[in-house]
Amino acid sequence: MVMRRVYMDNNATTPLHPQVKEEMIRAMEVFGNPSSMHQFGRAARVMMKEAREAVASFIGSKPEEIIFTGSGSEANNTVLSILACPSRQCNCSGAIKFNRIITSVIEHPCILETVKCLSDRNIEVKYLNVDKYGKISMEELEQELKKGPALVSIMTANNEIGTIQDIKKITKLVHQYESLIHTDAVQAVGKIPISVSDLKVDFLTLSAHKIYGPKGIGALYIRKDTPFCPLIRGGHQESGRRAGTENTLGIVGFGKAVEMRKEEISSEHERLLLFKDKLKEGIMNKIEHVYFNGHPEDCLANTLNISFPGAEGESILLYLDLAGIAVSTGSACASGSLDPSHVLMSIGIPIEYAHGSIRISMGRDTTEEDIDYMIGVLPGIIKRIRSMSTVEAGGIKNE
Amino acid sequence: MNDRIDWVYSEKLKEHFINPRNILENEDTYQDDGKGIVGNMKCGDQMLIVIKVDKEKRIITDCKWKTYGCASAIASTSILSEMVKGMTLEQAYQISPKDIAKELGGLPVHKIHCSVLGDKALRAAINDYYRRNGMEDKITEAEAGIVCKCMNVTDEEIEEAVLDGARTYLDLQERTKAGTACGQCKEDILRLLDKYTKEHFGE
Repeated sequence: MVMRRVYMDNNATTPLHPQVKEEMIRAMEVFGNPSSMHQFGRAARVMMKEAREAVASFIGSKPEEIIFTGSGSEANNTVLSILACPSRQCNCSGAIKFNRIITSVIEHPCILETVKCLSDRNIEVKYLNVDKYGKISMEELEQELKKGPALVSIMTANNEIGTIQDIKKITKLVHQYESLIHTDAVQAVGKIPISVSDLKVDFLTLSAHKIYGPKGIGALYIRKDTPFCPLIRGGHQESGRRAGTENTLGIVGFGKAVEMRKEEISSEHERLLLFKDKLKEGIMNKIEHVYFNGHPEDCLANTLNISFPGAEGESILLYLDLAGIAVSTGSACASGSLDPSHVLMSIGIPIEYAHGSIRISMGRDTTEEDIDYMIGVLPGIIKRIRSMSTVEAGGIKNE
Repeated sequence: MNDRIDWVYSEKLKEHFINPRNILENEDTYQDDGKGIVGNMKCGDQMLIVIKVDKEKRIITDCKWKTYGCASAIASTSILSEMVKGMTLEQAYQISPKDIAKELGGLPVHKIHCSVLGDKALRAAINDYYRRNGMEDKITEAEAGIVCKCMNVTDEEIEEAVLDGARTYLDLQERTKAGTACGQCKEDILRLLDKYTKEHFGE
């Protein structure tokens, strides 16, 4: 018998959309360097131009405001590093005249690690706390902004718990204090409508492989006339803002991916919301002591983060894997460190809830049968793990 | 999916994870001769081991366990519970995480620390047996080298970890779990780290 395979880890990455794949296969015939003037180069250039226009129009920007990068992480690194350009050789001429970063404690590691390094390069860093749902406080943000202009970097939607911040409101506040705002929208783009002309942010990061596009290609939106300094230098590509011969295949895939998202996003949203409700209800009915992490309303439709006190996350993940279901966990054991997820710890749940958490992230391929299968399999796994656990759902036994 | 994709850990570990042996199911009625519980929630794992002992031969006749832990913790304790049956108390006391990892067909380095709870809980259970049977002298003997009392880590284990490449407090915490509970032994551990590093790797 063939085991059922259910992929519910779409926040980690997504499968390639069949039409994206087709488009990329076609693009493989075009090998020219987009910088070349001859016909081979021109063919690649046209392809790239169309993809850029598609990405730009998907987020409501102008094509020239988009640069392609090697990943979402690179785009995030690029934005933050604008502040620390130490060089007099660079034509950014110290693009930004202030040296403060305001970010949140639940950002992706590519933000947090970069900020940590920058703090050793004379950049002042302030981490905003979040409430129990993962939302930042506008009051705390304003207090920090009052201390002087800063580059503010707040993610649109959190990868682990799905909580969505009010970026429009945040942007308005940030601009009142003559500061700049970047948002890491890698998990939000393609799942909720995102328009930079509506949000008015200065920088926005997006990535292709989270929206059924290829890996190794990200993009950064840079609002027109916003100060900028490249992270990768030495080429005129992307208008001198990101050197290196373009990943034409990736870019074409990205363009097709957003095009497909445009068609599928709204119907998928409704469907996933229903699935999520069904999952929640099924799990609550069949398993005692469960706790849902993240904002009850302002949350990505595809994301459900659940804690099962008494059951350790890596064990849950691996028993699910043996049943053919793929999810992820915030447990320390799965990360190779001693600490559980920084996001779950930041929303203030007890440590045993963090160790016993899994993240289910559905996608365009998720079917109702998948949800039924999950609801059928999960209770037995939790029961089994809890039956051999020293920790009871209500607290620690024997001590 | 592709058959060539190996499971994340060894086949033997997988087998013990799927079918863990000797789980303590009837905790309230189980008549144990010794009981040990170690670990804490901060690191996300905890281990309980109970043993039955043939008092004349001083041989472990039964070993059951429970754990709050990951796949490696579950599998390593499962295999440990099989290994110790029929061993003398002295033999069982000597089992190290390395012995268990070997029996499991190897563990990734970052997972070794998940398997160190089993042998510690076992030693705690044996000590408990000694205590209950008026053999405290045995414990003193065995505990002489214990640096971290919460996690039952000895100076020998610290030395072994240093020999294995541990160079920082964090390395030692990861490999031996020393200092991961109350943290009171941090100074002692740092002193030993310094001592053994100089002894074995100094000029």
